[in-house]
Amino acid sequence: MSKSGTILYLDGVSVSFDGFRAINNLSLVLDRGEMRAIIGPNGAGKTTMMDIVTGKTKPDSGEVYFNGEIDLTRHDEADIAMMGIGRKFQKPTVFESHTVEDNLMLSLKGPRSIFPALFHRKTADEVRRIDDILGIIRLGDKRHMLGANLSHGQKQWLEIGMLLAQDPKLLLVDEPVAGMTDAETEETARLLKDIAKTHSVIVVEHDMHFVRELGVKVTCLHEGSVLSEGTLDFVSADDRVVEVYLGR
Amino acid sequence: MITRRFFANGADRRIFITIGLLLGVAVLVPILNIALPPDSAFHVPSYMVALVGKYLCFALLALALDLVWGYCGILSLGHGAFFALGGYAMGMYLMRQIGDRGVYGNPILPDFMVFLNWKELPWFWYGFDQFWFAVIMVMLVPGLLAFIFGWFAFRSRVTGVYLSIITQAMTYALLLAFFRNDMGFGGNNGLTDFKDILGFNVQANTTRSAIFAASAVALALGVFITWAIINSKYGKLLIAVRDAESRTRFIGWRPENVKLFAFTVSAVMAGIAGALYVPQVGIINPGEFAPANSIEVVIWTAVGGRGTIVGPIVGALLVNAGKSWFTGVLPEYWLFALGGLFIATTLFLPRGVIGMWDHWMATYRERKAAALPPSAGTPAATTPQQREWQASATGGAPEPQPAE
Repeated sequence: MSKSGTILYLDGVSVSFDGFRAINNLSLVLDRGEMRAIIGPNGAGKTTMMDIVTGKTKPDSGEVYFNGEIDLTRHDEADIAMMGIGRKFQKPTVFESHTVEDNLMLSLKGPRSIFPALFHRKTADEVRRIDDILGIIRLGDKRHMLGANLSHGQKQWLEIGMLLAQDPKLLLVDEPVAGMTDAETEETARLLKDIAKTHSVIVVEHDMHFVRELGVKVTCLHEGSVLSEGTLDFVSADDRVVEVYLGR
Repeated sequence: MITRRFFANGADRRIFITIGLLLGVAVLVPILNIALPPDSAFHVPSYMVALVGKYLCFALLALALDLVWGYCGILSLGHGAFFALGGYAMGMYLMRQIGDRGVYGNPILPDFMVFLNWKELPWFWYGFDQFWFAVIMVMLVPGLLAFIFGWFAFRSRVTGVYLSIITQAMTYALLLAFFRNDMGFGGNNGLTDFKDILGFNVQANTTRSAIFAASAVALALGVFITWAIINSKYGKLLIAVRDAESRTRFIGWRPENVKLFAFTVSAVMAGIAGALYVPQVGIINPGEFAPANSIEVVIWTAVGGRGTIVGPIVGALLVNAGKSWFTGVLPEYWLFALGGLFIATTLFLPRGVIGMWDHWMATYRERKAAALPPSAGTPAATTPQQREWQASATGGAPEPQPAE
């Protein structure tokens, strides 16, 4: 398989923790501009896969390439974030003591060293970027609210907004609708589809209804490798997938 | 720009008042001590000047700790080490100023070296006869130690209690090292018998008043610098690292560098506090490295309110004034009182005195606002809810959290 034209390329990746194979010979390719949903039962290795892509975990073997040319196994989290991979955690993680606006301001693309931050003054351009993102994530009227006082769903959106502020090429979104109401779930699907117009996105999610709404290619992971791949209808018709989800 | 920010809101006004008060005290206390006759009602006795001057140094140390603990979640149990190192640097200068007036009359070697039968000055004592050199060392030595220590600790992602334990180990190791006579810092007697500072008698009232004023000004400067740091984008980053370190990492920042800068600045502040402390108490010995001292600093900060700028200053002044009074009345029970104070603070005043005050004021204002009919209220910008957000924003709340 050729790496060119791919935004993310994983080939033969394995990693074990204390003898437990969390990821087993996993191969996954994401084309530029593609949105992909990843499903799979608990312990299938979804989060570990994201850990590998974002540099938190180093694979024991296998190739991980970003943009067809950058070997991600050689870089750490901050480097990888700066290259253009944004990650939303499973548990929404925002800066609770800061306002929505400051959360975004800290995430905006720009120099990441100490002294520029010490003497930083907000520019008109940054204000515009923050306004844009507040519009996209529908939190315009909450800009002065503290992160801690947002609802669960609003925190999820703010975190997605923080990813957007980094202006990444690829977004990894871990369980964006966990704990959301139905209305929020629908809104999130719309938000992600908007984002997918200009970014490559990987969404990990349990909620089948939500995955159907996204209407994208689905990869089902099981025990650290790909079990099935295709449209949601194709995947959910796969006997092995049914077996894994319903238990043997 | 800066002045505009200075008056921006309540918390900033408080900083401004604190700085004003400190500068006022720096001018007023020496005048009341020197210019007024001892029988005047407004005369400030000399022992009081020395005592409060000492407290101001402690307050600067507590403020330094608060920068890393309150704002960045790094609980350092070894800040006393930076304080003591700054103190030793100043002590070495004061030692060299004694000249041939020591017991043994050696113009170059301090008494303890003559006593140990040393023939020449160790290389690390060179330059300390110059005040400017000592001043540089006061900042450089603690800063460098903090930088090297932090470089390794933060890069290896040592956090939480593990970091606290190794900071404690660091100060204990220095305690043992400075106890050794062949280290060249006077062993367990430390450095004492100081005569002059910049040509003025250390014991003289005027000199003591001047050092008092310097301490107050240094604290005011410390408050200003901490305020400027906390209000910059970097300061927001510092709090972000405290609240969600991995989030900052995954948006491209390097938390280890963020922590390292704060830790180094904090160590320099602690060093300056130590340097001002030594001429006021007239001695520096390895006892200053004792882990218990560093833990006491944590208590001052906790009592006053970590994550606020004024809190650690109030805490240091309150606890030390309490200590002076208590050790006069019931000397044997002081340590129990201190321990009890820490437990009581943790249980009943988790935000400290200042944090609690802010919280009460916010609740009070909110109640008052809620009692008013909505039509009589001020425009939409000050709904009770928003007041709460603003209040908690200025109070450094929600709860400062330990780094994971």
